[in-house]
Amino acid sequence: MRFDLEKIASFVLPGSTVLDLGCGDGDLLSYLEREIGVTGTGIEKSETKVAHCIERGLSVLQGDINKEVLDYPDGAFDYVILSRTLQQVYDPAGLIRSLLRVGKRGIVSFPNFGHWRVRMQLLGTGYAPVTRQLPYEWYDTPNIRVITLKDFRKFSKDVGFRILKMAAISSDFNGMDGHTVIFMPNLRATYGIFLIEKG
Amino acid sequence: MSEYIEHDRSGNSIGLVEKKFFTFVHPPNEMCLESGARLGPVTLAYETYGTLNREKSNAILVCHALSGNSHAAGYYSKDDPSPGWWDIMVGPGKGIDTDKYFVICSNILGSCMGSTGPCSIDPRTNRPYGLNFPLVTIGDMVKAQKALLDHLGIENLLTVVGGSIGGMQVLEWCARYPDFVVSAIPLATTTRHSALAIAFNEVARQAIMADPNWKGGNYYEGPKPDTGLAVARMIGHITYLSDEAMRHKFGRRLQGREKFSFDFDADFQVESYLRHQGNKFVERFDANAFLYVTKAADYYDLPSQHDSGSAVKAFSRARAKFLVVSFTSDWLYPTYQSKAMVQAMKKCGLDVSFCEIEAEWGHDAFLLPNVRLTSLIKGFLARITKETGKEKNAV
Repeated sequence: MRFDLEKIASFVLPGSTVLDLGCGDGDLLSYLEREIGVTGTGIEKSETKVAHCIERGLSVLQGDINKEVLDYPDGAFDYVILSRTLQQVYDPAGLIRSLLRVGKRGIVSFPNFGHWRVRMQLLGTGYAPVTRQLPYEWYDTPNIRVITLKDFRKFSKDVGFRILKMAAISSDFNGMDGHTVIFMPNLRATYGIFLIEKG
Repeated sequence: MSEYIEHDRSGNSIGLVEKKFFTFVHPPNEMCLESGARLGPVTLAYETYGTLNREKSNAILVCHALSGNSHAAGYYSKDDPSPGWWDIMVGPGKGIDTDKYFVICSNILGSCMGSTGPCSIDPRTNRPYGLNFPLVTIGDMVKAQKALLDHLGIENLLTVVGGSIGGMQVLEWCARYPDFVVSAIPLATTTRHSALAIAFNEVARQAIMADPNWKGGNYYEGPKPDTGLAVARMIGHITYLSDEAMRHKFGRRLQGREKFSFDFDADFQVESYLRHQGNKFVERFDANAFLYVTKAADYYDLPSQHDSGSAVKAFSRARAKFLVVSFTSDWLYPTYQSKAMVQAMKKCGLDVSFCEIEAEWGHDAFLLPNVRLTSLIKGFLARITKETGKEKNAV
């Protein structure tokens, strides 16, 4: 299991209901269902990935997360998860508000642009950073937002939601291994994972 | 739906099957139809494949579309040239695996493939009903199917599955008998016909009624309105394909000639194809049944039938877990219509999966061999079976 997904799972109470926005091939949902007995639903835009999820026995809808999330009633899920997707969202504040409307709590993870390697690359080479966590050139990246762990804390105040828990982790893009970063997370963590709720 | 009766490429099949009949609601206990009319006795032609398990928890109802029948899979005899209409999906080890599930398929009420319809004998006159046959709705068809399942001792359906008008029956099942349906797979369907869909059906019906042989529906003792029915079928076939499908299948290619004939023969392949489909159809289908079934489809309006025109309210009674599938090139029941039902299901807090399959074959895509559709259905059914088992154990 990918280290960051395992960390996300540790924020979820057993037996709860979960909506995974941008669920990909359904690895997290499948893990959550198998290991801690959650009832999961996923939303994913790629037909191939949606089909793969349904074939493996997950309940998944094909569509755009920004639109699909609007259909659910208030508080429909215990948790709404947005894993490694926030940096690709056009209207992050709008999506976070929707997420906290349909979910009692939200779990948001994203690659930390404040990591020292990113900073050093820009400073040292003068080129837009390309790292293992952000492996794209500026012209082909789906990541249209640049977020650091500190940015997200400021964002929580601007938008008005509460951060209940945070895990700063260091792991590779598809890394099974990793560790939690306690000391200077904004400089040393490759990903941030936040458990949030309405302010 | 078109006829795509293909042999399974793997040669795998359920084998020999038998068409059976169930007759019920004998007078004076006729069936009360949605229109207020009464009908009885009613016969349904049906087939079953596989074995009902001891817990009676593995029954699957397959609902057919406009021109389908109870013969979903297998062969009637060793020399039977073609298998049932969904043989690619229903059989041992297939998407709907007859080694695991007990599959039932019945011919819809109002049709002409063994079930009671306008070409059946009216017991009051001993002559075919013709237009004396009352208009039946999708709801009436489902009510009749329920009577059949009760007769077969089925207590609930693991899944009800169908495409197009079969998909309407699936949706109707979920709203009408919510506790009977564990899960549902509506394919390439809609909760209500668009004006476009009604328009095509109306032109098709007009073609039949304009045929001088139709004679107000009383043609059973003379020549049949074959020309009208063939034209109706040709119109249908246009709506089942797509611009892209037709471009690939026919383009502007000529049929059996190098140059235009400069008369009104079938010059183009597409003309020849439509004529062939039309002529083939009249051999097996009744013109009046075509009128009745298309009208039932046009009348179908799940949102208004069940509550105040709101799809959300219509689905609020449903308990089933859904797998909704649409196809990119289907312009008869386009994806937006599937998305609208998915949206309503979500608002009701229902468990729903949805996939829009990339397919170039238009509305007919649901009947064609499609690895993706097969594996979606297979995976979904495996999950529902597992979850049903768990829930039972928990109880």
